[in-house]
Amino acid sequence: MLRPALLAAALAAAFPAHADDQADLAALRAEVQAMKTGYEARIQALEARLAKAEAAAAAPSAAPAASAAPVEAASSAPANPGAFNPAISLILQGGYANLKDIPARQIAGFLTNDAASTPARGFSVDDSELVLASNIDPYFRGYFNATLNDGSVGVEEAWFQTIALGHGLTVKGGRFRSGIGYQNEQHPHAWDFATNNLMYQTLFGEGYGNDGLQLRWVAPTDLFTELGAEIGRGAQFPGTDRNRNGAGSYALYGHIGGDVGESNSWRGGVSYLSTRADARTGTLTDSNGTLVDTAFSGDSRTWMADFVWKWAPLGNPTVRNFKFAAELFRREESGGLSCSGGLLCTGSAGAYQATQYGGYAQAAYQFMPRWRVGYRYDVLDPGSREYGLNDTALPRTDYRPTRHSLMVDYSPSEFSRLRLQVTQDRANVGQDENQWYLRYIYSLGTHGAHTF
Amino acid sequence: MKPFRLFSFLFAAWPVFAHAALNVFACEPEWGALATELGGDAVKVYTATTAMQDPHHIEARPSLIAQMRRANLAVCTGAELEIGWLPVLLQQSGNAAIQPGQPGYFEAARQVALLEKPMVLDRAQGDIHAAGNPHVQTDPRNIARVAQALAARMAELDPARAALYRARLAGFNTRWNAAIARWQAEAAPLRGMPIAVQHLGFPYLENWLGLKQVAVLEPKPGVAPSVGQLADVAARLKATPARAVIRAAYQDPRPSEWLAAHAGIPAIALPFTVGGSARAGDLFGLFDDTVDQLLRAAR
Repeated sequence: MLRPALLAAALAAAFPAHADDQADLAALRAEVQAMKTGYEARIQALEARLAKAEAAAAAPSAAPAASAAPVEAASSAPANPGAFNPAISLILQGGYANLKDIPARQIAGFLTNDAASTPARGFSVDDSELVLASNIDPYFRGYFNATLNDGSVGVEEAWFQTIALGHGLTVKGGRFRSGIGYQNEQHPHAWDFATNNLMYQTLFGEGYGNDGLQLRWVAPTDLFTELGAEIGRGAQFPGTDRNRNGAGSYALYGHIGGDVGESNSWRGGVSYLSTRADARTGTLTDSNGTLVDTAFSGDSRTWMADFVWKWAPLGNPTVRNFKFAAELFRREESGGLSCSGGLLCTGSAGAYQATQYGGYAQAAYQFMPRWRVGYRYDVLDPGSREYGLNDTALPRTDYRPTRHSLMVDYSPSEFSRLRLQVTQDRANVGQDENQWYLRYIYSLGTHGAHTF
Repeated sequence: MKPFRLFSFLFAAWPVFAHAALNVFACEPEWGALATELGGDAVKVYTATTAMQDPHHIEARPSLIAQMRRANLAVCTGAELEIGWLPVLLQQSGNAAIQPGQPGYFEAARQVALLEKPMVLDRAQGDIHAAGNPHVQTDPRNIARVAQALAARMAELDPARAALYRARLAGFNTRWNAAIARWQAEAAPLRGMPIAVQHLGFPYLENWLGLKQVAVLEPKPGVAPSVGQLADVAARLKATPARAVIRAAYQDPRPSEWLAAHAGIPAIALPFTVGGSARAGDLFGLFDDTVDQLLRAAR
C-alpha cells in the first residue's frame, strides 16, 4: 500500500499552506484513508477475479502443450548495453565496366559539372557508404552519411531533423540532399540503374545537396500533399561556393500522391531551385573542335517536374511489381561566360543566356521473386544559347544527347543485389558507344527503410 | 473579465471539440479490427495493409504518410515486423503524437511474450527478428492481452470516453473468452497434428492448438524456396508425414501447392489476419475459419 502513502506525502508537500489548517488536514487524512480502503477493496476484487480466471483457464487446457503457453504478461526490453548506439549500415558497391577509351566525356551543348566522376574502365570499387542514424532525444533525429574511397572521405549528408514539432512540420538542418524532384534524395545504391540518368548528371553531377535548412509541411488531407522550402549555402553545382553571409540558394517544392485502388500508387510534384554561380568552371567545344575552358558567373534557375507510379497486384510487391518514373527539367542560366584555350577564345567574358530542357523516363518490372528488368530513356534538348561576344568562337549545335539503358538485376535478399546493364550512349557528337556494366550492391547492418 | 474567461475556457476545451473521433492508424488488419471492437463509433480506424499484403514488405506509399499525419494513435505489431516501412512513415508524417515513446505509439508485440527469440543474430540466418517471432495474432489469447493494453491506451488518449472503452473492453472480453473456449473445444482433435508451414508465421497458433510443425518450406525465414529445396522437404515428409501444408493468405501459393501435389497432402491458405478469407471478416471470423480449415484437413 505504497501508493496512498506516497500520494499523501505528495499532497502534503504540494499544499503546505493548507496543512497549517487543522480542519483541512483532518479532511485530507480522511480522504486518504477512504482512498486506501477503496484501493484495498478493488485489489481484493481483482485478486478474486484473477483466481477465478486461472481456474477457468486451467480447465480446458489440460494437455501439456497448452499449459506451456506464455504466461508472462509482456516481453521485457532487451538488456543490451549497445541498444542506445545509432543504427550503423555500410554499403559496398563496385563492379566492372566495359567502356571506350574517351578521355573527356562531354554532354553536347551543356555546361556540366566536370567534377562528376565518369565510371572507371574495367574492375573498380565505387564509393562505400557509411551511414549512422539515430534519434538524438525526444525532439531530434540525426543522420550521417559518408562516402569512403582511396584517400578521400566525403560527407554526403550530416543533418538533424525535428520529430516533435507536430502539425505536419519538420525542420531539417545541416548538410542534406534536397527534397526537389524524385531521384534527388536517393543515393546511388538505391538507384534502379547502374549509372545516373542524363538529367541529374547534367543538372547536378549526382544529386543536389546543400548546407542549410529545410522546412517541410505535410497537409492533413487524404491526398498526400507536402510542401517544402530550403535555403542554403549553395556551394554545389550549378552554384559555386562563396565567401559571403546569407543564403546562396533556395529551393521550393511540392508533391502530391495517393493510391488508385489496392494495386496502384503514385506521386507527382514540381520543384524550383535558384542558385548563383561565381566563376563556375566548365568545358565546351569551340568552332575548331578543340575543348576550351569556360567560367560562368550569374544566376541559375531550374524547374523540375517528377512523376512516379508503382503497381503491385493487391498491393503485395513480393512476387511481381512494376515501377515507372519520369522527370523533366527546364534550366535558365543568365550572366557572363568567358572561355579560354584554343585559338578562338580570348578569355573575355560575353553575355550568356541559355534555356535548356531534358528528362528521362524509366520502368522496372519484377517479373518473379528476386528478378527485375528495366529500361530507361534519357534525352536532353540544348535549347537556346546566347554567348554574346563569344558567339563566333562557340558553336551552337542542335545535337540532342540521348541514352538507352537496359538492365536486369538479381537480388538474393533485400540486402544484396547484382546488376547487369547495357547502355547505348549518345551523349555527345562522335561519342556513340555501347557500354556494359556489371554492379554489385551489398548492404551490411541495420539498413534503413527506403522511401517511396 | 468575462469574455476573457470564456475565451480561456474555449481554448482549454478546444482539443475536446476539435477531436471528434480518435484517429487510429492500424499497421495490420487484426489491430484495426481490434481497435474497432474497442472503440466502436468513437474511433476512426485506418488500416494500412490488407490480408493480401506481406506485412514485412510494404511500400512507404504517400497515402500512408498522409494517413499517419492525422493519426492520434498508431497501433502496430512491432518486434521489427514493420522495420522496412514504418520508420519512413513516422519520420515523414510530421506527427509528433505517434512517435515511438509517445502514448500515441502502441506496439502489440510488447504486450505478449514472444516466441522464437533467436540465439544468434546473423543475417546469414535469413530475415530473422531480434525480438522474436512477431506474428503474435495467430493465438487468440494474445489478442485478449493486447486488447487489455490497447483499451487502456485509448482511454489514456481520449479520457472523455474512458468509460466507453472500458465498457466495450468488458463486453469484448466476455464474448472473446467464450469464443476461445468454443474454439479450444472444437480444436481438441487437432492436438499433435503434424503440419508443414511455408513461412515461420504460425508458432503462436501451433502453441495454442498443440499443432506439431514438422517442416518449413522456406530454407531461411523470408527466403523463397527453390524446387530443389522443396524436393528435399517432400523427401523428409516421407519419413515424418504431415497432414497439411499451411501458408498465410498473402503468400505465394506456388511452393505450398507444389509440395501438396508431390506429398499428397492438402495445401491450406489460412486467413492469417482479418480479411484473409471470405469468412474472416472480423476477429471472430478469423479464428472460426482458421479452426474449421484445420479441422477439415485433420479429417
